Parts: sequence; C-alpha cells; structure tokens
Amino acid sequence: MRRGQIKPGSLMSDDSATLVCRNLWKVFGARATEAFSTAGGDAARLAALGLVPAVRAVDLSVRRGEIFVIMGLSGSGKSTLVRLMSRLIEPTAGQVLFNGQDLLTATEAEMTQIRRHKMGMVFQHFALLPHLTVLENVAFPLDVQGVARADREARAREMIALVGLAGREGAYPRQLSGGQQQRVGIARSLAVEPELWFLDEPFSALDPLIRRELQDEFIRLQSRLQKTIIFITHDFDETIRLADRIAIMKDGQIEQIGTPQDLVLHPATDYVRAFTGAVAKAKVARLASLVTPGPVPEGLALLPARATVAEAGQAFLDGQVQVGVEENGRPIGTVAREDVIRLLLGGEA
Amino acid sequence: MIGAGSLPAVAEHSRLIWGLALALAVALWLWGQTFLPFAFDYPKSAQIPAARWIGGAITWLVKEAAIGPIAFADLTRAFSALIDGPYQSALGLLADGVQRQEAGQTLQLVPPLSWLAVIAIMALFAHWAGGAGLAALVAGCFVFVAIFGHWHATMVTLASIVVAVPLGVVGGLGLGILAWRHPWFDRALRPVLDLMQTMPVFAYLVPILILFGFGPTAAVIATLIYATPPMTRITTLALSRVPSETHDLATMVGCTPRQRLWRVLVPSAREPLLVGVNQVIMLSLNMVIIASMIGAGGLGFEVLNALRRLDFGTGLEAGLAIVALAIALDRLSQAIAHRSAGAAPKRGVARHTYLLAALAFALGTGLIGLILPAVQTYPEAAELSTSPFWAALVEWINITFFDTLEAVKNAILTWILMPAKRFLLGLPWLGVVALLGFAGWRLGGLRLGLLCSGLSFLIAATGQWEKAMITVYLCGISTLIAMAIGLPIAIWVAERDRWWTVTRLVIDTLQTLPSFVYLMPIVMLFRVGDFTAMIAVVAYAVVASVRYTVLGLQGVDPRLIEAGRAMGCTPWQILTRMRLKLALPEIILGLNQTIMFALSMLVITALVGTRDLGQDVYIALTKANPGNGLVAGLAIAFIAIIADRLLSAAARSAREKLGLEGAT
Repeated sequence: MRRGQIKPGSLMSDDSATLVCRNLWKVFGARATEAFSTAGGDAARLAALGLVPAVRAVDLSVRRGEIFVIMGLSGSGKSTLVRLMSRLIEPTAGQVLFNGQDLLTATEAEMTQIRRHKMGMVFQHFALLPHLTVLENVAFPLDVQGVARADREARAREMIALVGLAGREGAYPRQLSGGQQQRVGIARSLAVEPELWFLDEPFSALDPLIRRELQDEFIRLQSRLQKTIIFITHDFDETIRLADRIAIMKDGQIEQIGTPQDLVLHPATDYVRAFTGAVAKAKVARLASLVTPGPVPEGLALLPARATVAEAGQAFLDGQVQVGVEENGRPIGTVAREDVIRLLLGGEA
Repeated sequence: MIGAGSLPAVAEHSRLIWGLALALAVALWLWGQTFLPFAFDYPKSAQIPAARWIGGAITWLVKEAAIGPIAFADLTRAFSALIDGPYQSALGLLADGVQRQEAGQTLQLVPPLSWLAVIAIMALFAHWAGGAGLAALVAGCFVFVAIFGHWHATMVTLASIVVAVPLGVVGGLGLGILAWRHPWFDRALRPVLDLMQTMPVFAYLVPILILFGFGPTAAVIATLIYATPPMTRITTLALSRVPSETHDLATMVGCTPRQRLWRVLVPSAREPLLVGVNQVIMLSLNMVIIASMIGAGGLGFEVLNALRRLDFGTGLEAGLAIVALAIALDRLSQAIAHRSAGAAPKRGVARHTYLLAALAFALGTGLIGLILPAVQTYPEAAELSTSPFWAALVEWINITFFDTLEAVKNAILTWILMPAKRFLLGLPWLGVVALLGFAGWRLGGLRLGLLCSGLSFLIAATGQWEKAMITVYLCGISTLIAMAIGLPIAIWVAERDRWWTVTRLVIDTLQTLPSFVYLMPIVMLFRVGDFTAMIAVVAYAVVASVRYTVLGLQGVDPRLIEAGRAMGCTPWQILTRMRLKLALPEIILGLNQTIMFALSMLVITALVGTRDLGQDVYIALTKANPGNGLVAGLAIAFIAIIADRLLSAAARSAREKLGLEGAT
C-alpha cells in the first residue's frame, strides 16, 4: 500500500485520505430527511414509516493512491454508497470529505467544478452517448468544460491510445464489442485527469475472458496513473485481485474494512468469513504477516515483505527451512516453514 | 379460500363492493323509470346554457378583451403575422413565384421553382440523406403528383407543411421538456393535451376562424393544435426513459443543466423523438383537408371538392397525392435522422457539391423554362386521370355484390349495432354518472372518481346525454373491432421485419390518406348510416392499435425473450406471459390512441349521417356557431378523457398487483 509519493509518517493521518465518509446515511422514501431526524438510525422505526435505509452509518476513509474496493452483493447498497460520495444521490445525513472539504455543504456550482476536474466515473452499462463517435465520446467531458476542439481531441486521442483503441476513433459505440465499449468508458473517465476515480461495477457486464483482460489492463493503467480509486464490484475474486483495501457491505452497512489479507486471515463476521473461506490463503497472506523480526542469517534468500506466501513457496520447495524478508531494501526478519504450514492448515496467523 | 391470507380477502372484498355497485345500477335501470324519472331524462329546467355562455365569451374576446392597452384581437393578429411571413415566402418559392396585381391582371414577375427543379432538389436531398434508393423513391412520389395533375395544389400544401411542421416540432419538444422537468406543469398540461387531441377539429375551427380569420394562417394554427400533442407526449415519455446511468454521466462530467438536456438527454432519446417528428408530419398532412375548410387551399381543397361532387376518382387521386407527399417527407425525415445518428457515414461527395447542384438545377430549369414552358410547368397534355375507372369500379361492385353487401351490413346492424345502441340509450344517466364515479374511485382514488362523475354529469347537464351515448356506442364498438383486428396483425408483424415494412407502408397510407377519401367508397357501397360510420372509424383507428403494439413488442428486451426460451417456454407462452405483458404500457397507450382516433373520426362521419355529437359539431361549423360547436366538442373530449383516465388507472392498478410498478 505504501506508495512512493506519500510522505513518510503521513500514512495513517487523516490528510493522506482523499475521501472520508463519516456516519453516512441514505434513507429512501417520502420525506425521508424529516423522518430520519425523528426516528434516527432505528431500522425498525424507519421501516414502520415505510422508509428504506439503503446506506447505514458508513464510516470509511480512502487513502491517496490506493484502490479501495467496495464489495457487496446486489441490494447491499454499494451502488448507492458510491453515488453518495459524488453526490449523484443526496445523502440523508453524515459527511463526505473530499480533500478535507465537506461535499454536502458545497454549492451546486462548486460540485460541478469538482466533478468536472477532480472526479471521473466508469459505469456498469458504459453509458456511452449513442450519437457520438468514440473520439467525441472520450472528448465529451472536456467539450462540456469548453476546452477547444484541437486540445480536447488531442487529449482524447491520447486516452484512446492508452486504452488500446487507437484506430477506432471514428467508430460509433454500437459498432464496438462490450469490452471495447468499456475501454471507451474508461478513456472518457480519464480524459479530465481525475484525482478520484469511481468505477461502478465496470466489468460486471462483460464475459469472463474479457473481464480478466480488462482487469489486467486496469492494473497496468493504475501502475502508470496512480489514481485514488473507488471500485465497486460484487465479484470477490475481482476484489482480491485488484484491491489494496476492501470494504465488505451487507444491508447498507459495512461489515469490515481491511486489506485482502486482513479479511482472509481475520474475518470480522461470519458473513465475511463466508466470502473469504474459499480463498486460498497463500495467495493473499503476505510474508509481512508471518515475519519473525530479527536479524537475517547470512546467505538466506531475501524476499520482499509484500510478496504473498504463494510467491515464497518455491523457496521452501527448494528445501529452505526459512526465508529472509526485506522491506524497502532492509532485511527485517525471517519466515519459517512451520509458520507457513500452520497458516495453510487453517490456523490463523 | 378458507383461512386465506389478507390478499385474497382484499380481492374478495373489492369484488363484493363492485357487485353491490353493479346491482344498485341494475336496480336503478330496471325499476327507476317509475320512481326516479329524472334519472333517465335530465330535467330541461336545470340545464346549463353553456353554449350561449361560450358564444358570448368568444364574441367578448374578439370585440372587447384587452391586456392593458393591447387588444386581444391585436395579439391574434400579431401571431398570424408571425406565421404568415414564412408561409408567404414558402408559397412564393414553391407555388406562385412573385406576382403583382395590376389592373385586374396578375403579372408573374418571378416564376416559382420549376417542377423539375423541385423534384431534382428533393432527389438530391434524399440522395445526400439516404442514397440512391431514397432519391428514386422521393423523385417517384413527386413525379406521381405531377402526372396526375395536382402539382400546384401539392406545392401549396407543401408550403403550409413546411411552416407547420418545424413549429409543431419545436413547440412540442419545448412543452414536453417543460412537462418532464416540472411535474406540476405536466399535471397542468395533460388535460390540455387531452383536450387538444380529443376535441374534434371541427369544434375549434370556428373559434379559430373568428380569431384569426379565413385563410392559410388560420389553417396552420388549427394544424398546430392538432399535430403538436403527440410530440409533447413522446418527448416527456422519451426523456423519462433515459437510463439513470446516462443522467449520472451528465452529472459526473459536470454538465450544466442546458448541456445535460441538449447534449446528453435529448440525443439519447433521439429515436423516440424522431417517432414524434414523424407523427407531427403525418398529423399535419392529416389535417390538410379539414384545414382547407378554413382556407388552406391546396390538395385538401381538391379532396373536399371531390367529396361534394362524390367524385371518388378525383378525390382518391388528390388523396393519394397527399399520401405521396407524406411518404416522401416521412422517409426523408427518417433518413436524415439515421444520417445524423451516423448509421451510414458516407464519405465522397461533399455537402457543398449537393448545394451547388441544387442551385444549378433551380436556375437552369428556371431559365430554360422561360423558353420551354414544359420545363417550368408540367404540361397539361401529359396529365393522366383514373377518375372514370374508379367510378366504374365502384359502380360495378355495387351492382354485382349488392345483395352480399346488404346482407353483411344488415346482419351487423341487427345483431351488434342496434342492440348495443338500444342498451346504452336505455341507461339512466344518473346511474352511469354514479357508476363512472365509482369506477374512478375504486381504480384511482377519490379525485379520479370525482373527475369521472363530474365530467359525465356535465355532459348530461348541458343536454347532450342521448347524443353522447350514441357517440359512446359507435366509438366503443369501433374500438373493440379495431383492437381485435390490430392486435393480431401487430403480433404477427412485430417479429417479421419484411412484413413490418409492408405493414408500415399500409399503415402510413391509411393514416395519411385523408379519412374523407375512404369515406367516399364506403358511402357509395353502404350509403349513409351507422354501419358506414363504423367501418370508416375502424379503418382509421386500427392504425394506432397496430403501431403502438408493434412499438411495444419490439421494445421488449430480446435478452428476456431468450431467457424465456431457455426456460422452455413455448412460443405461445413467450407471447402471452412475457412479450404482451412487458409491452402492456405501449398497448394501453395504443388502446388509448385508438379511442382518440375513433372519436376524431366520428366527427367526420357526421358527414355520412350519424346522429351523435359529431353531427352537432358539424352543424355548428356550417352555421359558424362557436358556442354549440364547442359544447358538443367538449362533450366528445370529456368522453375521451374519462376513457383515458379510467384506462390508465386500471393499467396502473393491474401493474401494482403484478408488482411491476416502480420498474418504470
């Protein structure tokens, strides 16, 4: 998770957070705001008033440069939550802080400016405009801002090339496959160089091979762009592949927030355990979680602390009893074969 | 049923209430005659003299009404000037050129575009929009018109269409957008639209005549009132159907409200909006004849003249000329729409090449026309007429099949029409008013109930109950027949592209072919009367049921059909369980439109001697009596509104029961 551009020491403090939600609520129904102020967060009383709490008391903070995945099944409130964050849907109560500014107190004009320059969004069903070409679709956010044609088209061509669609600039959306359409959607959302990038189930409407291909593409893009990303999905494998940190949602509430490793090794609730139980622990557990701090004996192979246990497997198969672990080039300790076996046999580390 | 949960109990409860209400109504019908005679005949002393009031109000408007220093009459005059300017230019360009009256003689200073030039320009336009095939079709349509000798009349009509259609589209779009944006405006506009669409055109011809005078301008205004509502409705519907993700996109890229509307939502709703444009064109052409009654001239006037002489051949030819014009404009507008959608981005000939070619044609033929008149004006010697042939054909059918036709007519009259008419006429007005109110209350709440009983009471109170019942009976039977014919056709063609192409051509022809035209042969075959009226109404109204049902069926998500097939549904199950159910909103809209079409045609059938409200409207027109005409017209509109509201409410409650509500 530690990224190059973050100043040391600022990692855990609040100013490294791009987006913070505090006690965020969304209640649907007639006169929801008034009802909420009287009934409060009492689900039973809200239900009695005919109101549906879609997002309940969400607290989270998304750090600069991380991929924050919100995972939940349909109806869990994840799509509503992501729309609260950009105020596409007006929250009922709570706070959304973007770079320290409370978005809920921002005027409509301020929100427009923030959305135009700081945010980008990719949609599940692409939401491409059918009457525009690929080039015009990608340039559209810039066009809306009034960027001159030559500039916006140059930028759009760059983005189209970035997502691997160079040569298809003149095509219309309906002439493209689903995967290509979503590439256009991605290029469009990146055209304004957003600071915060929302992806609302971007790959859910695609078939698995294309989905995998676009996930790889997404990882490649992120390694170049280093955006702060909020990624919505219902697919746990996708979550594990992409996430720096994960928030698991159920019934509008967050069950647990943590790294893939945290979730797999220390599930907070049975619901989270049900998801993570099937995940091979070796693929998510990092050496850092097993390390015994201390000096590393001379001649021992050194592996990065970020490496997963599975990646270290070869060293143990080669007959090593323990491996050395380094972080930022400094040896920090060792991992013993017994620790790995204990982890794999189901004991929690 | 024993120990049933709350749901069946509710159903039983509501059935009980319905039963009680019906029983009460039947009791009133059977025994009320003796106890409550006023429930059957509305007392004359309590009648509302609405006709006199309205007549007085219009006279006041024209003579005295003023907003500050500006008299109302000045406003209407200014408004007509606004339309008259463009109209005169279009007319000069297409039909009359520039003329000057001098000493009782008309001097032609500049000739209009020659017939060859108009055809060439249209064909070039079509070629630019849709390629060689379309160019041939459009040119063919105009050549057809020239050959049958209706060139000048067609150009006069085209001039008024050229003015009316853009106004109607822009106006309809604007109103539709407002209604979509502000729910209160939608609620206010809806009854006005209903009135505009359901009020027979004849009814407002007289007020328009009084306010705007006799002439093409008044005709364009009448056309606008008639042709704008569908555009408005479709705009509102289409905008509300834009997917929520597209709205989100507009917000996320930071569109201003204007950008959101014009650059995201309207283009996304393009396809249904183009259906609306198409409807405006079709309805404008539809009004051509009626508009000629208040001075539109052109093809409409020729048809009207033919009708007066019962000259079916000439009427048919002029009618077909209207159809040819409609087909050309319809296909052309669709091709332009397709082109702007980028379906066929053709490179090659640049736009200015077309422009230059068109200019060259206009000037070239104009100059040659000065020496060779045949180039300027289609030579009379080369005109054709099929009139004698048609007259002979109708006569032959009449003589050969007289007995068969009579038998069919009499059977339907005796077994269907007469019993229905007698039944409806025998109903007590009080019972019907109460029952309508009850139905409205059960289906849509108290307000709907009050609306239904209030409007129906007004019909009775203005002394039009009997005529209204005749209208209901003719309209109801015709609608049922039209739906019974239209639904199977629509189901059949919805999945078969080739058939749909053919059917659409027929539908467009039927809808554009002025109702007067097919009234003629029907009158010649069946003579005047209810049966003739019914056939004419069915032929006219079936179009709406087919068109909307097909629209609905084709709009069903193909993935759902596949899902159904995968679940092992038989084609019949897919049709009845999925496609028809999902297309229900459109089918109900179609039923709604079918009723509206039927009602508007009913007025025209007054020409063939029905005894309903339409007859009143028509008589009022001939006597230029705005009061009577409007009151009868309003009564027809009320009937339509009641039908519409009850239908929508019934549909809504059915959807709620199915758990479909909220999906749209």
